Amino acid sequence: MISALAIMALGAVVLGAALGYAAIRFKVEGDPLVEKIDAILPQTQCGQCGYPGCRPYAEAISAGEAEINLCPPGGLDGVRKLADLLGREVKPLAAEEKPKQVAIIDEQTCIGCTLCIQACPVDAIVGAAKQMHTVVESLCTGCELCVKPCPVECITMEPLTEKLDNWKWKYPVIEIRRVA
Amino acid sequence: MLQRLFSFRGGVKPETNKAPSVQVPIGLAPLPERLYVPLHQHIGGHPNPLVEAGQRVLKGELIGGAEGWVSAAVHAPTSGTVIAVEEHVAAHPSGLTTLTVVIEPDGREEWIERQVVDHRSLPPERVREFLRDAGVVGLGGAVFPSHAKLTAAKAVAMEDLVINGAECEPFMTCDDVLMRERADEIVRGIAIFRDLLGARRVLIGIEDNKPEAVAAMHEAVGRLGEDYQVVAVPTRYPAGGAKQLIRVLTGKEVPASKRSTELGVQCFNVATVYTAYRALAFGEPVLSRIVTLTGNVEQPRNWEVRLGTPMRDLVALGRPKPDTTRFLMGGPMMGFEIPDLAAPVVKATNCIIAGSPALFPPAPPEMPCIRCGACAEACPHELQPFDLYWFARARNFGKTQEYSLFDCIECGCCSYVCPSHIPLVQYFRFAKSEIWAREREKQAADAAKARFERRNSREEREQAEKAERLAKASVARTSGSRPAATDAGPPARPRGSSAEAGSGSRAESPTDAAAAPAVGDAEALRKATIVAAMERARAQRESAQPKNTDHLSAAQLREIAAIDARRAVLGSAGESPKGPDE
Amino acid sequence: MIDFSTPPYLLQAHTSVRRVMVQVLVALLPGIGAYVWLIGPSILLQLLVASLAALLAEALMLRLRGRPLGLFLSDGSALVTAWLIALTFPPLAPWWLITVGTLLAIVVAKHLYGGLGQNPFNPAMIAFAACIVSFPALMSQWPVLGLKLTLVEQLEMIFGLAPRIDALSGATPLDALKTALKIGEGNIDIPTLLATQEVFGTFAGRGWEWVTAGYLLGGLWLWQRKVIHWQAPAGFICGLSLLAGALWLWNPERFASPLFHLFSGGAMLGAFFIVTDPVSGCTTTRGRLIFGFLAGVIAYTIRVFGGYPDGVAFAVLLLNLCVPLIDMYTRPPIFGMKDGK
Repeated sequence: MISALAIMALGAVVLGAALGYAAIRFKVEGDPLVEKIDAILPQTQCGQCGYPGCRPYAEAISAGEAEINLCPPGGLDGVRKLADLLGREVKPLAAEEKPKQVAIIDEQTCIGCTLCIQACPVDAIVGAAKQMHTVVESLCTGCELCVKPCPVECITMEPLTEKLDNWKWKYPVIEIRRVA
Repeated sequence: MLQRLFSFRGGVKPETNKAPSVQVPIGLAPLPERLYVPLHQHIGGHPNPLVEAGQRVLKGELIGGAEGWVSAAVHAPTSGTVIAVEEHVAAHPSGLTTLTVVIEPDGREEWIERQVVDHRSLPPERVREFLRDAGVVGLGGAVFPSHAKLTAAKAVAMEDLVINGAECEPFMTCDDVLMRERADEIVRGIAIFRDLLGARRVLIGIEDNKPEAVAAMHEAVGRLGEDYQVVAVPTRYPAGGAKQLIRVLTGKEVPASKRSTELGVQCFNVATVYTAYRALAFGEPVLSRIVTLTGNVEQPRNWEVRLGTPMRDLVALGRPKPDTTRFLMGGPMMGFEIPDLAAPVVKATNCIIAGSPALFPPAPPEMPCIRCGACAEACPHELQPFDLYWFARARNFGKTQEYSLFDCIECGCCSYVCPSHIPLVQYFRFAKSEIWAREREKQAADAAKARFERRNSREEREQAEKAERLAKASVARTSGSRPAATDAGPPARPRGSSAEAGSGSRAESPTDAAAAPAVGDAEALRKATIVAAMERARAQRESAQPKNTDHLSAAQLREIAAIDARRAVLGSAGESPKGPDE
Repeated sequence: MIDFSTPPYLLQAHTSVRRVMVQVLVALLPGIGAYVWLIGPSILLQLLVASLAALLAEALMLRLRGRPLGLFLSDGSALVTAWLIALTFPPLAPWWLITVGTLLAIVVAKHLYGGLGQNPFNPAMIAFAACIVSFPALMSQWPVLGLKLTLVEQLEMIFGLAPRIDALSGATPLDALKTALKIGEGNIDIPTLLATQEVFGTFAGRGWEWVTAGYLLGGLWLWQRKVIHWQAPAGFICGLSLLAGALWLWNPERFASPLFHLFSGGAMLGAFFIVTDPVSGCTTTRGRLIFGFLAGVIAYTIRVFGGYPDGVAFAVLLLNLCVPLIDMYTRPPIFGMKDGK
C-alpha cells in the first residue's frame, strides 16, 4: 500500500519536474499565434474592425475576444485563411467587401491643415502646414482614415484601377452547358 | 565538324504552315500617319519619357531613357513631331493602356548623329551600356534586355554561346527570312556577344525545316572566316525555346531556378544579334523589326516594320480575307488575341496571324481530365500538367508551386495534346499571376506594417519629448515668463482625433492628458484658423460646385447616398472635428 | 473584350476523349470475336444489355447532376465500362445481374464520385467485385465447354424464360484447376490434369486461350496507337509471370506455368484494358510500372491461394487505393533537376 503510494508520488514528482523543465526550456517567446494572425491581416491599419490597428485586432482574435470576420480589407479570402489557421468556421464578412482603393486629395480644395497627415497610419500623405497635400499612391493602404478628418472634404477614395502592372490572367471559364 | 545532338523530352509536331510567308523577300512597311511608341516595351524598369508634346524629334532620338539596369531605351522610329505623350492601348492581351509617345512623321527620315563604335575598343561595361541605350532586347518574344544577359558568371567559364534561329512556332518566319537575307550581319553581330561573354564556342541552332536559312548562315560563317557551327536541329516544337535549344545543342539543362550562365551557356535570338550589330556598327538603335504577317491574308509576307506602327496599318498590307475574325500576336501556340488593332507593333511583335473560323476552329468544349498523362508526355519541362491543373483549378497555389509551376514555360504543348481540350496553359497563367499578385500584396502589407510601427514609435518619442518640453515650460511659466516655444514643434495633434475611428492605438497616455490644458491656447488658435480656412474653402467650393454632380446615374446617386450614410454613422461614432455639414 | 474560354493556343491536335474511348472499344473486338466463336452470340446480347443499361444510367445521372447530356453521353466512357462488365461476367448470366452490375458501376462507382475522370476505383471492377460477393453462385456459372445452344435458347436463358440447366454449372479453367487440385489432394499433378481434362487446351483453358489472345492483340494495337502506355501492362504481365514462374519452377506439379496463367481468366483483359485505365490508375511512368506489377502479383496470389477463381478485380481495386501514394513517391524529376538538386 505504502509502496504503491510512494511509487505514484514519485511518478508525479518526476513527471512534474519534467513538465516544469520543459516549460522553462522550451518557453515560447511572445505569442506566435498573434504573429501568424497578424501576417494574414492586410496591415491597412484602418481600424474598421474596431481595434486600433491590425496588431491589436490580431491580439484580440488570438485571445478569443474578436470574431474573425471583422476585417473588410482582408476580404472573405482573409476570413478563410484565418478560419484555416484557427480551426474556426468561415463566416461572411461583417461589413461589405470593398474593392481595393486609394485616397485621392483634390489639390484645388486642400487647405493644408495637416489633419489627414496626422490621421494616416502609414505616413502615406506628404505635405506641410498651409501647403497642399498629396497621397503617395504606392504607400496608401486605402484605410479611409484620412477621409473623415478632412475639414473641407477634399479626400475621396477611388477604387484601384487595373493597369498593365497589376493585370492578372483570369480564371479560365469552364464551359459546361446545362441541359435545358 | 560533326555535332553531337541531344534531345529534350516531350514536345509536339504541329503543322508548321511556314511556306506561304517566305515566298517573297522582306518588304519595308510604309510610314504610317502616326506612330504610337510605347515607352515600356521590354521586361524590367519603365523608361521615363524624355520628350513632350510639340517637340520635334529626329530619327533615332532617345524618347525614353532606360530606368535601372534591367531596362532598355526607346527611340523615335522616324523624324517628326511629338503630338502627345499619353495612355494608348498596348499590344497586350488585356487591351489596357500604357504610356505612349505619339509621333507624327514628317517623312524626311532625318537621322540623329549616329555614333559608330567598335566593341573591341571599348571596355565591356561600356558596350553593355551602349546596347542598353540602343534599346537592344530579346526579339524572340521575351524582350528581356540583352545587355543584362551579357555578363558571364564569375565562377563558371562560359563555354557555349547558343544563337537561336530555330523558330519553332508554326506560321512564324521572321527569323527565317532574316537569316536568309541578312546572314552576314548576324554573323558579324555574334562576334560582339561572343567577345562580351568570352564564349569558347558558338553554336547556331536552326530547325531543319529551314534548309535555306541553314545554307545562308553556313555560307556567311565561311565567308567571314568564323568558326561558328551552324547546326540543323530536328523540327519539333518547342525546339526554339531557349532552354530546349541549349539542351539540344549542348546537353545542358537549365532549371528555372538557375541562370544559364551558371552552367556556362547563354542563348540569343538571331534577330537580337542582328539589332546589336546594327547598333554598334551603324549607330542605329532598335527602331524597327521584322514581323511575319500571315494566316488568312491574301499576301502573307515578312515586313520590316517601324516600332509604333499601328497594327491596323500593318495588317492592311497583307489584305485580310473577308472571313477574317480575329488577329493574333505571336504564334498560334503561345500567342494571344489582339484585343484592339489600334495597338502598335512593339519589340515583342514577331508575328501577326489573321485568323478565321476555318483556320482556327473554335475550341471544342472542355471535358473533365481523365488523367491520361498525354500532357506529362508532351511537357518539355517534364512537369505533371494534370497535377498542376488540378491545383490551379482549386486555387491551391501553394501546391502548384510545390509542383514547380514556375518551371512552366507556357509553350502550350500540354493544351495541344489534351484529349479533354482543357486550356491548361490558361490555368497556369492564372495561377502564376495570382501568385505574383499575392506576393505584391504581401510586400505591400509588410511595408505598411513597417511604416505603421515606425510611425508609432516616432509618435511615442515625440510625445515624450513634448511632455518634457511642456514640463519645462510650466516650470518657466510659474516663474513668470511664457515662451511661445510650443509652436516650434511639429503640429500638435488635435485632442480627440486619437480616439476616433479606432486609430487610437496611440491612446492618450497620462503625459498627453497632463499636457492637454497647456496646449489649449494654441489649440484654440489653430481651430480658429481651420474654421476660417474651411469657410474659405466652402466659398470656393460653392462657386465651383456643379462640377460633376449633374447627370448622375441611379447607381452613382445610390453610391453617394451610401457614402453620406456611412459618413453620418462615422460622424456620430466619435467626437469628430467639425465637418462642414455640421 | 476577350473571351477567356478560348485557349491562347489555337492549334489543337486531333484528339478527344471520345477518340480514345472508341479506340478502346475497337481494341476489344478481336477478343469479342473469339468469344462469339467459343460461346455463341449470347455474349453480344450481354454487351447490348450492358450498353443499354450503362447509357440509361449515364443519361439519368448526367441529368440529375445538370451536366450536358449530349457531350458526355457521346464520350464513350460509359460504353467502355459496360463492355468490360459484359466481358467479365459469365456469358449466360441473367440479364438483371448484368444490369445491376452496370448500374452499380455507372451510378455508384462513377457518378457518385463526380463522373468522368473523378472515380477513384475502376467502375467495371467495382461491379464485378460487388456481384461476385453478392451473387457468388450466379457469378460462377460458366457454360460447360462444347455446350451448343441456339440463339433462342441463349436468349431464354439470359432473360429467365428457361430454367437454368445443369450444363451451365461449368467452371472457368482456373476454377477447374483449383477444384481438381483440391479434390486430388496431392495425388494428382498439373501436367496430368492439363493433359487429361477436356477443359484445358494447348496452353491454357480450351477455347478461352484464344479469347485472351484476342485481348492481347487488341491491347498491342492500343499500345501501338499510343492510347495506352506500355508500363502498366508490362508491369502486370511481369508481376504475374514472375511469381507464377518462380512457383512453377519450384514445383511444376502443384503450380501451373506462367503461360497458363497469362492466358487464363481476366489476365489479358486486365493487363491491357483494366490496369491501363488512366482515371483510376497511376499517372507517373514509374508509378504505372509499380501499379501493374503489384496488381499482377496480387491477382496471382488471390487466384492461386485465395477463395476466388480469379483475382484481377480485387487486385486492381486494392491498388486503386494506393494510387495517390504511389504517384506521390514516383513523381519524376523535372527538366534541369535530374541530378538531385
